[in-house]
Order: sequence, then structure tokens, then C-alpha cells
Amino acid sequence: MTQIEEVSLGDLKHLVSDRALAGETMMLNMGPQHPSTHGVLRLLLELDGETVVNVIPDVGFLHTGVEKNMESKTYQKAEVMSDRLDYMNPLGNNLVYCLAVEKLVDLDVPPRAQAIRVILAELQRISSHLVWVGTSALDVAAMSVFLYCFREREQILDIFELVSGQRMMTTYIRPGGVWRDVPVEFEKAVRDFLKIIPSRIDEYEALLTKNPLFIDRTVGIGKISAAEAVNWGLTGATLRGSGVSYDVRKFAPYSGYEQYDFEIPLRSEGDVYARYMVRIAEMRQAVRIVQQALDKLPMGPVKSNNHKFVPPPRSEIGTSMEALIHHFKLWTEGFNAPKGAVYCAVESPRGELGVYLESDGGPKPYRIHFRTPSFDNLQVLPVMSKGHLVADLVAIIGSVDIVLGDVDR
Amino acid sequence: MNEALAAIIEKLVERFAGQTIEFAGETSVILPVDKIVAAAQVLHDEFGFDMLAAITAVDYWPAESPRFHLFYRFNSLPNGIALNVRVPIPGLEPAAPTLEGIYKNANWREREVYDMFGIKFTGHSDLRRILMPQDWEGHPLRKDYPLGYEEPQYSFNFDEIDARKPHAGEKPPASRGAQP
Repeated sequence: MTQIEEVSLGDLKHLVSDRALAGETMMLNMGPQHPSTHGVLRLLLELDGETVVNVIPDVGFLHTGVEKNMESKTYQKAEVMSDRLDYMNPLGNNLVYCLAVEKLVDLDVPPRAQAIRVILAELQRISSHLVWVGTSALDVAAMSVFLYCFREREQILDIFELVSGQRMMTTYIRPGGVWRDVPVEFEKAVRDFLKIIPSRIDEYEALLTKNPLFIDRTVGIGKISAAEAVNWGLTGATLRGSGVSYDVRKFAPYSGYEQYDFEIPLRSEGDVYARYMVRIAEMRQAVRIVQQALDKLPMGPVKSNNHKFVPPPRSEIGTSMEALIHHFKLWTEGFNAPKGAVYCAVESPRGELGVYLESDGGPKPYRIHFRTPSFDNLQVLPVMSKGHLVADLVAIIGSVDIVLGDVDR
Repeated sequence: MNEALAAIIEKLVERFAGQTIEFAGETSVILPVDKIVAAAQVLHDEFGFDMLAAITAVDYWPAESPRFHLFYRFNSLPNGIALNVRVPIPGLEPAAPTLEGIYKNANWREREVYDMFGIKFTGHSDLRRILMPQDWEGHPLRKDYPLGYEEPQYSFNFDEIDARKPHAGEKPPASRGAQP
């Protein structure tokens, strides 16, 4: 039996107040297995009674070494690992990875593939926000919202299964396009979803937006000012809840986002309630984008025909010698990318998701780094939660919408 | 490239003895390590780069010297532009000054670089490992750090490998004390 040792302050003396060292305040361990930490997150709380004096987040429990592992895989094979980073946003991770590879090797994507990417990325945003609304309402003890949200999320996952065969880890978006064209049932499935979702968002709002208990738990909690939010590198709804209009889809449009008409919802309060309102409004905007993209979904190929980088269709392999050679080369040694480094970013449901991708001229990424939004958004937790109650801390963790797979990589 | 960005890059190169490299339509500025804090201060105050989007590093061992490159990305939200900055760092006792005083989120981002590459950030308020356990040895993303694997256990070598594995009930290695 190993001895159970007390929580010792050892290396953390510089992070706690003098009162903690004198024993006036209490150090309390929260997590890593706690229902409200949204994953494996450990927090060391310094408490004065019920009031939070300081929070020391301890992350890394889900560190899987994805960046190191990707360095030993070819560009096509490494993509599979990108799904597993932010498991609420696998299609968005695929998208940013593919955009970086395409920028590195200068590969064009046909318009139909771009429109499909946008539709799926926006559906993914809605599904991620649905999980967020459900679970963070659960954190402040609103049980039923969770059940309704997961009902609609199921419908989105069914659409993903329809197009890719997988509900979550799809790897559907590939460098140069998408894996294959969407099936004929796709349009009807998405339109059916678009028909019901606006009224369903109204339902969630009816449960929460004017609910006095919910307002009590969220208004004025976890405030952060606009200037501070920018300086802390916050992105996504957590930043827009503080009134800063920064959205990568407008800042540096990708995949044809510039053709769609949508707004960036903003709130100026910077508290938990503002972030909730922003995310609800974002879902409505995402519905608008999907609607527009689906209405003008162009016909045509869904993959680049540059077979140096994109595998040729199966039907050609039996008849074309060149196609066979390309197929063989691509799946054995992969393609070589030119020596250089690129940085690519997309707007994930949590904020700016960036990829730094460097090639040494070979078929494997020399260095790949994922700039994940949750990492910065979590870092600000001590700033937001000082002076609040422990119960409010739970609401604040929920409101910054972290995914620990995204933090730890 | 954006004209405003080109003008900023030109001024930066001139003032801080920098160089530029161009790839895939993007220009990156290479700055010497002793100028990075001053340059970041100018970027923040004068040119409106109010957000530090990313810090990461690359290891070029054994091919190149200096061994490491730090990569910074700055966003300017009011002007709608972004800038890449690279800083070469020699491999012996690699160190760079911290940007924590200018961009607060550099705190965790630099801790991650320290954890993964062993680059020390001088003046950092809390330079501990962040993703790996505190008692971990080595810096995983360095190129001389092996990926590591587990030897497959077949019928012919089952007993041999089994004997080497740690089993439940045994004492943990002495180095793994309780972490605060």
C-alpha cells in the first residue's frame, strides 16, 4: 500500500497567497475526476470559507502526444489523429489540418467540396454548442435542457454517419477535398434538420433565457473585460461575450466563408450569461450559413484531380497505369511537401483553432503544432473566478467551454 | 500581401536587425533572441498587435545550427492582420526572455514550450512543466527524444517480457513522489 500524502504546497508557493502558507485559507483539491470539470481537469482551489481566493489549474491528464506521433506518420495517415484532439469538433480539426496541408503543397479544392466542408463545419458547430448548452445548464442544475439538446445532436451525428460512415471520428475531410461525394439522402436530411432546429433553439431559450434561477447563477458571474480578454488571448464565444468582434471566419475567411451572409453575435457584459447568449445566437447564425450553402451547393467534383496528392478514384485503377502508380505511391510512401512552414486557422466552436505545420521536404510533417482555443480559454480561469463562490466556479468552467482533449493534445 | 503588414515588416526588420523569409505567400520575420521583448513591445504598443495567438518551437537537430526556432504569431484585431515571427535559439542551455509582461497568455504557452523542448524562459513567473508529469525526464518534442514503443508480446517471448513489466502490488519507483 502506498501512503496517502497530504497535498503539499512544495513548488506552488509562488502561486498562493501568504494567508494560505499561514494556514488561514484552505487548499482544496477539485478533480481530476469531477462531473463539472468537463473532462479530466484538476483544480487546486484556495478557499476562504466558500469564497475562491485563487485557482491553480493542473492540466495534462489527457496528453496523448499527438504532435509527436504525427511526426512519424505520412500526411494522409496523420490526419486520423487530428479527429481525436477536440472530440466535440472532429470535422473542424480535419478541416484545419487539411487547409494547412493544402496551403503547404499549394493544392486547390473544388467549390463543391468547399461548400460541403462549410455545411459540415457549421453542423458541427451547432452540435458542439448543443452539448455545451446541455452540460453547462446541467452544471447549474437545469437537468432537462441536457436531454433536449442531445436529442437534436443525435440528428446531426446521424447526418455525419450518413456522409462518412462514422458518427464522431469521421476523417471525412481530406487534403484536396472530401473523402467522397455526399449521398443523395444528404440534402433531405440536412433540410429536415434545418426545419426543426430554429423552433428547438426557441425551446432551449424558453427553458433558460428568462429562467430566474438560471439568471441568478449566471448574470455578473465570471466577468472579464474586453481589454483583458484580448490580452489573455481568449477567442471564440468567450471573447465575443466580452464584446470583442473577432471571428476567424471574418478575420481571414477560408473555404469560401466570404460568400455567405452571416453576423457575429456580440454581448458586452463579459459574464457567464453573455457567453450563453452569444452561443445561442451563434447556433442561429450557423443555421443561416448551412441554409445558404445548401441552397447554392454547386455540382462538380469533390476532390482535386491533382493525383500527386489526392488518390485517384478506384474505378481508374483497373484501367489506367498512371492511376495505379499514383495510388501505390500515395499509400506506401505518401507525397512530398516542399520545405517550409505555414500557419492556418479556422474558427472552431471554441475559438481560433490554428495549425502550425512545417515540412522538411519529406512525406511526413517535420513539426506540427495545434494552437487550440481551449488552452488559452482555460488559462484565464483564475482571473475570472477570484472572489466568487465555489458553486459559481462550476458555472464559470462550464461557460468557457473547454474540451480537455483540446487542452492537453 | 497586405500593404499595412508589408510596411510593419519593413520597419521591424530595420529597427531590430531582422531578416525575412517568404513561403506560401506569407512573410515571416526572423529576429535575434535578445530583441524579441523589445520587438513585441513595439508590435503591441505601436502597431496594434493586441493578441498573441501562438508560441511554439521547432527542433532542427542535428541538421542545423542554431538548433531551435521559436515561432510566434501575433494577431492585430483592429487592423485585421497577423504576423509570424521566428527566433533562432542555440542548443546549449537554450533560453529566451519571456513575453509574459506584454501578453499574459504567454505564461502557459511558454510553459508548454519549456515542457516539450526544454527552452527556458528567463523572467517567467511560473516555469513548471504543464502537460507532462512534474518528475518527467527529457523533453518529448525534441528530435533526439525517441518516440518509444511497447515490445509486442508473442508466445515465444511472453515470459521474458512479462518478467520485466511492473506489476500491481509492487512498490512504485522511488522518483515518483506525490505531486502537489
